[in-house]
Amino acid sequence: MPDDSIRCDACPVLCYIKPGRTGSCDRYGNHDGKLVRLDPHVVLDRAVERGDSVVPFLERSRDWDGTLVSRGETFVTAIGAGTTYPDYKPAPFIISSQVDGVDMVTVVTEGIFSYCGVKVKIDTDRHLGAECSTVRSQGEAVGHVTTSEYGSQMLSLGGVRHLTGGSRHEGTATCDALLQLCNGNAVELKIDDGAKVVVQAGKPPIVDGVQEERMRVGCGSATIGMFAKQWFGKVDDVVVVDDHITGVLSEHQAGRLLGIPETGIKLKGRRSTPGRYFQVADPGTSWGGTNIDDPLSILGKFNVKKAWPGLRLLMVSTTGEHYAYFELDEDLKPREKNLPPNLSQSVARIKENCEPALCTVLFMGGAGGSLRAGVTENPVRLTHSVRDALTRVTCGGAPVYVWPGGGITFMADLARMPQNAFGYVPTPALVAPIEFTLKLSDYAELGGYMDSVRPLDSVVSESEKRKRIVAHVQNPWPLEGRSVKNAKKKK
Amino acid sequence: MKHRAQIRLLSDGRRLHLQDGPIDLIVEAFGEPVEVNKAYGACVARFEMVLDELCRELKLLRQACCVHDVWPSGSVARRMTAAVAPYATEYFITPMAAVAGAVAEEILAAMTNSASLSRAYVNDGGDIALHLDAGEQFVVGMVDRPDQPSLFGTTTLTDADPVRGIATSGWRGRSFSLGIADAVTVLADRAAAADAAATIIANAVDLPGHPAIVRVPACELAPDSDLDERLVTQDVGPLNTVEVDRALAAGIATAAKLLRIGLIRSAALNLQGETRVVGMQQPKPVSPPAHERILVHA
Repeated sequence: MPDDSIRCDACPVLCYIKPGRTGSCDRYGNHDGKLVRLDPHVVLDRAVERGDSVVPFLERSRDWDGTLVSRGETFVTAIGAGTTYPDYKPAPFIISSQVDGVDMVTVVTEGIFSYCGVKVKIDTDRHLGAECSTVRSQGEAVGHVTTSEYGSQMLSLGGVRHLTGGSRHEGTATCDALLQLCNGNAVELKIDDGAKVVVQAGKPPIVDGVQEERMRVGCGSATIGMFAKQWFGKVDDVVVVDDHITGVLSEHQAGRLLGIPETGIKLKGRRSTPGRYFQVADPGTSWGGTNIDDPLSILGKFNVKKAWPGLRLLMVSTTGEHYAYFELDEDLKPREKNLPPNLSQSVARIKENCEPALCTVLFMGGAGGSLRAGVTENPVRLTHSVRDALTRVTCGGAPVYVWPGGGITFMADLARMPQNAFGYVPTPALVAPIEFTLKLSDYAELGGYMDSVRPLDSVVSESEKRKRIVAHVQNPWPLEGRSVKNAKKKK
Repeated sequence: MKHRAQIRLLSDGRRLHLQDGPIDLIVEAFGEPVEVNKAYGACVARFEMVLDELCRELKLLRQACCVHDVWPSGSVARRMTAAVAPYATEYFITPMAAVAGAVAEEILAAMTNSASLSRAYVNDGGDIALHLDAGEQFVVGMVDRPDQPSLFGTTTLTDADPVRGIATSGWRGRSFSLGIADAVTVLADRAAAADAAATIIANAVDLPGHPAIVRVPACELAPDSDLDERLVTQDVGPLNTVEVDRALAAGIATAAKLLRIGLIRSAALNLQGETRVVGMQQPKPVSPPAHERILVHA
């Protein structure tokens, strides 16, 4: 046999399979010399979600009594539905089912998205890179650093400019990074003049080899406000180190209210309001998202007229991850001491109040003219129908946010989609599932392919290649919801 | 080996889905619940043995029929060989051309031999074996593009019809085809016979040497294919109406011959949206969904 074939041992047929082909079952294939099980078409099964046993296996229970079990409620997703590009033919599956007595139609297709990307939120205070810096994967530009949000750093990856507007390598690397992220895999990203960060949806970020544990409890000033009372009487001054706003207890409004005396402490950086300092150090990946390893480096000399020997000072970061305790010596120099137990409690409390740091990834794409043409002969009507909330858009069964304005540009949370929902075409572009659900009567009105509508039964019955999965608990059931139930009256 | 097969009741609570290697069946029996239950039990018991039986004789079944005058021993393998034997002198055909239909037949027989059923069907990836008791009927839906199933018509089969087997073949289906038909659906007395005939007729729908047709030696796609170095159709570009007509006419000629000698009851040939029918009334346009509808595709 030719040596580029592999022999499948999944069943006694023992097919020889050429690269890029499948065996006689169409279930196993040769992908780059490896035997892979191919993704079957995914069918969400709400009955399973509810814990009903709908599909008993006969394999080991021959004594099944033949009782007909109740119908499951099933939603066919677009994952693995297939597509033809350009979509001059009706979408691969146009399925009708009954929901609350209304004939519903779900048009299921896999869209090829040239205009698409992901927005990544990385919960960290560490400095990942300057705004607008290029983000690279496999050495190629795949996106950029965008705004910082509260406790998080945002990246924008992909987009048509990287996918098809640059070099072939750039497009391929971008498509690959998007595909990996969308399918729930980890991707290593390098930010120009910044950090190396490993991003995986739903997992903590790994910044320069260190896994981020928590989000900061608040900015340095907010932390002072939250914990001032707990520190009162146990320590003379507290500095909460933060790249954004470093807080100083004795100067802060919260300290003043408690009657905490001045300590003669001197902070570097730019004072904003009393007890709040910007830019005490450069951004970095250490204490509170700054570049300092020695907290004393952000302090000037204590004011000899106000400080006193023995003055107790706690320095802590906004996550409680870094902390140090000092007492002033006779020369008013801070000397590091062990953290007293009653203060270690408050440091633990800061940690406790931090949420776990995560990477979250939203897919963003636009349904183009040809994709919409697979749904209706009059594509703009689909857009209008989505706008008017007559048509519900879902992405692998997950709810989407449709951006206002023209077109159908939507965002979906990957954590709420089934695993491995995405594919790609060599264009390069991503293949993402998209489903449009609407009333049968509305579908007819907007010029839908009525001849191609198939009852749900027929799709589920030919379920050789369909995979039933459990619907995500947090997702509204795609066939229900306000926009469908309370759809405005026709005509 | 028992645990390899996937056997489950579909969510409608009526149909069984059985899968083992490349064999994939949807089975439904109608009758008294206790009889249906018995039938399903027999179906599962027989199913679990079929693939191993076939694979034991796979080498023989992949050879052109009857050249060595050696008949296989397994009952499914013998159904396959019997179904292709009528074609052996005139065409290249191996028993594998009837494997799906023969498996469907075998499973149906296991059910009807052990239970009293009003109706039953075994759908093996579009090749279907039917059982109809007196006064019963099936409405069969037809699909022109197996890769994009949508009904183009329906036909009704009653117990008075001799038809108990339906099969579809075409280059877009799971098996290789030497022809260019999108789908040829055949009604015959038995499923294995329908399967073999559909293969022969689909091979005959052709335009030899046409530049828009992409053909590749079967062994380059699947090294162990029974078609060996024969050119199988991988793509068909747009054809004009004259060409479509010519290709379909070639298929119709073959189908008419098979009809005449009683190997088939009727056939519907589909190529790029054009349908030709021999031996039965034109398929009815699609009517509202009926629960007894069976989707036909390769």
